[in-house]
Amino acid sequence: MAALLKVDNLTKHFGGILALDHLSFEVQEGEIYSIIGPNGAGKTTLFNCISGLYRPDKGSILFSGQELIGLKPHKIAELGIARTFQNIELFSHMTTMDNLLLGRHIHLRSGVWHSLLLPWRKSLTAREEVAHRARIEQIIDFLELQSARDQFVKSLPYGRQKLVELGRALALEPKLLLLDEPSAGMNTEERQDLFFWLQDIKEDLGITIVMIEHNMQMVMDVSDRILAIDFGKKLAEGLPEEVANHPDVIKAYLGEDEHESAAVARQ
Amino acid sequence: MFGQLVINGMAVGSLYALVALAMVIIYKASEVPNFAQGEMAMVSTYFAYMLLISDRVPWQLALLGTLVFAFVLGMVLEFLFVRRAKEPTVLDLIIVTLGMQLVLHGLAGWKWGPDQKDFPLPISDTEVVQVGGVVISYLNLTTMITALVLMGLLYAFFQYTKIGVAMKATQQNWMAARINGIRTNHILGITWGISSVIGALAGVLFAPTSTLDPHLMWDPLIKGFAAAVMGGMNSLVGAALGGYLLGFLENLFGLYISLEFKSIVAFLAIVLVLWFRPSGLFSKHYERRV
Ligand SMILES: Nc1ncnc2c1ncn2[C@@H]1O[C@H](COP(=O)(O)OP(=O)(O)O)[C@@H](O)[C@H]1O
Ligand SMILES: [Mg+2]
Repeated sequence: MAALLKVDNLTKHFGGILALDHLSFEVQEGEIYSIIGPNGAGKTTLFNCISGLYRPDKGSILFSGQELIGLKPHKIAELGIARTFQNIELFSHMTTMDNLLLGRHIHLRSGVWHSLLLPWRKSLTAREEVAHRARIEQIIDFLELQSARDQFVKSLPYGRQKLVELGRALALEPKLLLLDEPSAGMNTEERQDLFFWLQDIKEDLGITIVMIEHNMQMVMDVSDRILAIDFGKKLAEGLPEEVANHPDVIKAYLGEDEHESAAVARQ
Repeated sequence: MFGQLVINGMAVGSLYALVALAMVIIYKASEVPNFAQGEMAMVSTYFAYMLLISDRVPWQLALLGTLVFAFVLGMVLEFLFVRRAKEPTVLDLIIVTLGMQLVLHGLAGWKWGPDQKDFPLPISDTEVVQVGGVVISYLNLTTMITALVLMGLLYAFFQYTKIGVAMKATQQNWMAARINGIRTNHILGITWGISSVIGALAGVLFAPTSTLDPHLMWDPLIKGFAAAVMGGMNSLVGAALGGYLLGFLENLFGLYISLEFKSIVAFLAIVLVLWFRPSGLFSKHYERRV
């Protein structure tokens, strides 16, 4: 089976910091692939490279065999890669509905001139509009966002905003979904729901998921495979138990704990 | 008397509102007060002048051509100068717009000379229609209607068109817009184009009441800027209302206090608004993203 996503020797530095250091891995179609690692390991940087927000120094990112490096973010979205952000990025002065509709931007057929004329051709585009709204309603039902539907996103609690962002990413109908710490800031119940939704997204919608996640319980339960990185380098890769018990991984996490206790001790 | 005051205020306020809208549209997208807005409008007005005096095209077509010219001018300026700045601060961008202002002003002086020209728009500034006890010139009537129609079009554009919605999205969250598949660079270019068209309309409607020279838009620009600030800089509705309010206040001041010092009203309005309602008279206060 060919890999859906093939990252090869990816390297990116910011000034003196090597955020990604010759990182290579492959994601198979249909799996939930989790990426773990201490803060500052380079996980978000990896996502930013895949979605075209950063340009790597070296390496390659193949998506269904196509090179992504050098493509603009909007082009990468059109290829079928959607993502969420660690710190929610939404259109906060718009409603949930409008945010999800914007998620469908690449599916709106209308080009420049068509769209400039749209108010006069409403009947022509009305059918298209109805179809888009129907798709959105499905997502709203799926994520149980009915009560948030017509509310401004900025007025929603954090956990709900995270869901709206997930919904917005789903609205794009991606082949690959990149989730940056989806359960951060959620309570236990919300995390429980998320767990089931992720499985539904994988199984019912057939979307491949690459997920950065700190909650180990979540990672162990939902992932098919896990990649652990530190200082932009691969520490371990494999089945959840293999990675969790890998000595380098344990050391990296213990190291982080030591940093934290040192920080606490200093205060 | 009061009715006449309101109408006069609305007529000049329409011009201020147009300039304010042009500025706010760019401000929301590029986060910079565009100090070249006036010169962009002035150059477009000269373009209209050349077409109008050439006698080769009917004036309606000349105006249409001017709007196309203005759109291209806005797009080109954005592409050539604004987009060059990588991760600019607001100050960087202000310098860029001031630079564009100087360039356009210099070009106009060189191409068309400093002498004052009559702008031959065949809509009369002196013939009037009378409604009730109120008189209004054909030009003022045209200006008011144009402004209202344009506001309606803008509303529909931002509400119903793919590009309009994408533009709103880009203004709210540039990064989210990009990963949603919106070509934010194109959107910025189109934003400048549309803003430039609105400014050109203001220029063409203002020029007949004034005389055409490279300083044409200095006064309307300051007034439009004041109106935009009154409206909170971030709100299209606020900018429009700010324009009308400023036009009205100016006329009130001119009638009852002093005609000579009418122009200070705009400045007073800015100071007072910034003092008492820094987020604008008509806008809800939004926390700035950090
Ligand atoms: N835009 C940037 N400019 C400078 N340094 C950055 C930038 N983005 C990330 N970094 C640095 O790269 C390293 C990896 O960061 P990041 O990918 O956000 O880590 P993670 O998501 O794993 O916590 C960190 O040292 C971070 O400070
Ligand atoms: Mg991160």
